[in-house]
Amino acid sequence: MSTTVARTDISTVGRWWWTIDKWILAATTLLILIGIILNFAAGPPAAERIGAETFHFVRRQMVFLPLTIMVIFGISLMAPIQVRRFAVIGFLIALGLMLLTLVAGIEVKGAKRWIYLAGMSLQPSEFIKPFFAVVAAWMFAEHRLREDFPGNIISIGLLFSVIAVLLSQPDVGMTLVVTAVWCAQFFMAGLPIFWVILIIVAGMGAIVGAYFAFPHVASRVDRFLDPTTGDSYQITQAMRAFQQGGLFGRGPGEGRVKEALPDAHTDFIFAVAGEEFGVFLCLLMVALFAFLVIRALLKVMREENMFVLLAVGGLAVQFGLQAIINMASSLHMMPTKGMTLPFVSYGGSSLVALGVGMGMILALTRRRRDMEGHAT
Amino acid sequence: MIGSMTNKRRAFLYPGEEVRPSRTPKLRLEGATKRVVETGRIRLVVTAGLFGLAFVGIAGRLVDLMVLENTAIIAAPRTSKVAAVAHHRADILDRNGILIATNLPTVNLYADSVKVQDAAHAAEKLAEILPDVDRADTLRRLTSGQRFIYLRRHLTPAEQMSVNRLGIPGVYFENAERRAYPHGSLFAHVVGATDPDNRGNAGVEKEFDERLTTQDDPITLSLDARIQHTARDALAEGIVRYHAAAGSAVVMDANSGALLAMVSLPDFDPKALGTASDDAKFNRVTLGLYEMGSTFKLFTAAMALEAGTANLESRYDATQPIKIGRFTISDYHAQNRWLSVPEILIHSSNIGAAKMALDAGTDRQKAFLRKIGLLTQSDLELPEVGKPQYPSNWRDINTITISYGHGISVTPINVVSAVSALVNGGVLYQPSIISHEGGAKPEGHQVLSQKTSDAMRALMRMIVLEGSGKQADVKGYLVGGKTGSAEKVSRRGGYMESSLRTSFVSAFPIDAPRYVVLVVLDEPKGTKETYNFATAGWNAAPTAGNIIARIAPMLGVFPIGHTDSFQPLVGLIAASGGHHESNDYGAPVKTAAVAAAPVAKAAAVPVAARTTLPDDGESDRTVVQDDKDTISALIDTIGGDGEVE
Repeated sequence: MSTTVARTDISTVGRWWWTIDKWILAATTLLILIGIILNFAAGPPAAERIGAETFHFVRRQMVFLPLTIMVIFGISLMAPIQVRRFAVIGFLIALGLMLLTLVAGIEVKGAKRWIYLAGMSLQPSEFIKPFFAVVAAWMFAEHRLREDFPGNIISIGLLFSVIAVLLSQPDVGMTLVVTAVWCAQFFMAGLPIFWVILIIVAGMGAIVGAYFAFPHVASRVDRFLDPTTGDSYQITQAMRAFQQGGLFGRGPGEGRVKEALPDAHTDFIFAVAGEEFGVFLCLLMVALFAFLVIRALLKVMREENMFVLLAVGGLAVQFGLQAIINMASSLHMMPTKGMTLPFVSYGGSSLVALGVGMGMILALTRRRRDMEGHAT
Repeated sequence: MIGSMTNKRRAFLYPGEEVRPSRTPKLRLEGATKRVVETGRIRLVVTAGLFGLAFVGIAGRLVDLMVLENTAIIAAPRTSKVAAVAHHRADILDRNGILIATNLPTVNLYADSVKVQDAAHAAEKLAEILPDVDRADTLRRLTSGQRFIYLRRHLTPAEQMSVNRLGIPGVYFENAERRAYPHGSLFAHVVGATDPDNRGNAGVEKEFDERLTTQDDPITLSLDARIQHTARDALAEGIVRYHAAAGSAVVMDANSGALLAMVSLPDFDPKALGTASDDAKFNRVTLGLYEMGSTFKLFTAAMALEAGTANLESRYDATQPIKIGRFTISDYHAQNRWLSVPEILIHSSNIGAAKMALDAGTDRQKAFLRKIGLLTQSDLELPEVGKPQYPSNWRDINTITISYGHGISVTPINVVSAVSALVNGGVLYQPSIISHEGGAKPEGHQVLSQKTSDAMRALMRMIVLEGSGKQADVKGYLVGGKTGSAEKVSRRGGYMESSLRTSFVSAFPIDAPRYVVLVVLDEPKGTKETYNFATAGWNAAPTAGNIIARIAPMLGVFPIGHTDSFQPLVGLIAASGGHHESNDYGAPVKTAAVAAAPVAKAAAVPVAARTTLPDDGESDRTVVQDDKDTISALIDTIGGDGEVE
């Protein structure tokens, strides 16, 4: 917080600098920096495995990072009303692209989640998460503030259409996150306790249902509950990596798990961090994620605008949930679920989509007076 | 920290901004809106709290795993993996605990071709150290891009050290074990061998592969290394002496079916099963399906005696060959007269055997052969066991040929267990090569009467004393047996007169049989020594005699001073003079046809006493040899005296 921008500067950037939540900004920047280091560690073996040149993944990530930073900055400039409009348009485009994956998608490991767009492969379901959180927040807020507006009904309808598309890809993990975020938002919007309990029960039912409906889900859960029943190679390797890491790690570049695990640069990057840099970096990462989520949630406590409260709440929950699922999977605290560690894992779509989400959090947590964004 | 930071900025106001009390915004909220937002705020705190707990949980897990090193978490998957790699194959022992098969630790050399940087150099150097590694082929494989290539299995420690010293990146050692057979080829067909991955692919190694890999305690065979060695040695000697192409020998415990020796020559070194010829790999004892020839007359006689269609005194007209259809059945040693049952066996009369079988009938013959296990595949604990072949449409002509061992093919193991039943009192045991825990006697089935068994022992002894089995006799031992010489079937079908398969099946001591010995020789030739005879009596019989002479002392069967104490039909010679008292049939034989005579029974002497026949001043053998008709005359006499049913 230097004096490079004068407090009297009322230009767009000047106002942005003085109204933005600099703690969230700093934590995000730190996470991105850690992500760069870990990509240098985990990227080369993954590149070697697919026969690409050594820094293939590092290079690609370095292309997406500036893009992500620009997205964060650009979106954080927006006023709440602009965020809302942007999210609605983004939601519709992402939903359309997701439908497109069903007919023109690239099949990877039995699921159609990717499409080619302008020479790049893109995973639209990553983008639906932040956009849908904001759209759902708007619907809930309107429902609570205007008696005659059927916001809840619309929100439920949108949720079901998103779930329907996600499950036909199929992407159970993403469905789970989107539904959980939506439920958290409904909860924050003041859902009666009776319904809260009912939804929790229904949620458990849905998880049990997924277990029986999708064989690959059942297999993962079985292997979590009893590692001897099937191939638990990945999780065994990850556990060993954490243990090898210990307090100070084996040292940068000294890790072995990245050579053993095909997903070391994405789903299991946390294990790479643990093995090479030790428990302190891991705890720092946990602290950064916790700080970001809790800071964002408490920040909007002072908020009187229901839409902003619910939107930031939803985005923070989504961000936190994704981090928790990834870390808990790596630590064998839950069945393995392919989910990126926000801003750390390799993955273009994921990175940019998280930038969109963080950008909107930053935009909505700026100090201001009203929906049009006039500063307070 | 989180809450306080937001407050600091609120003291500052932008130019032109209204000055308001800090709590004003909250006060402005009214009614429903206010309640909604209040609920939202409370629930935000709840959500934040839940997230805080989750993150604390993850941090706790991190500390637990990385600092406190909770190894229990990964213990389960790790042990199962190690157990799969460090697999140990159990030993195989003989009945006395002598090692037949065990493991030696070795190392295998393998490579990850992706990690080999200079493949040409590596191939060059490896070929230098390991002469049997082909340089060009290794180079091709090292540049193939494969991640796991076996370069050489089973390196010696010296080779391992040399390769290690090269320090080639991407070349690794793998701990392995190699099966070792200390006796070389001695047990080749019994134990079989293992493949490069140490999995059994023949013999006991294959049959008990699962048992050997899952349990640590060794498998103990019923075989005896000493007996096996002696049998193989004597058989090999016989093959050389009689210029045979191949041969087999079996020694079985007549009272349990346990095999003490099982030899098939030529054999192979289990270490080099892959390079052995098909002929060497072939287990003649269990897989060889042979027409046994005259040996089968034992079963014909036993069948007829058991059925009651003949007794020892029955006589058959062997004056004319039998003509049936386009076949003519004649005798090799034609006597051209009426022959009694003992004579039929002694002279190995095809005509007599055929008439005996025709008397009993096809159904009885078939039922008897089935009952004694000659029509069914043996249950021997080996993967290589042949199934007997016999006519599906069993007509009279088949009955005739089968009566003297043609038109039916059985394995030597079938013959040995059937003959055991003939001599041991009529109990058929499943042949076995495994030693059973605690020496429990295996269960057998009574397939013929004690009486018939006794008669068969008497007949078998007579054949050795007076018939074609003379050369199997061993001084001091009571050997009984039967020869068989079958013309081999040529590739074009039909029999080859000049090419014989000879066999001799014997039991000893025949007064209370303990062991059955079978010798089969493939294509023995007549030699000067054998006066150019190539039939069983000239080669298989002496070979069996040689085996018996050498193994009997090891088996605790010692020579007795007067083997003439068990000469049942010669005993009758004395009886012909009216001295029934001097019958030396002995206790085990007393129910036999001859002993059934009331007088003889009264005078029966227990076998244990082994009383000597009154010496009539002349070798018994000479008597019979001098006058072949004497035997039939004697049997006639007995037939007249004894009230035989």
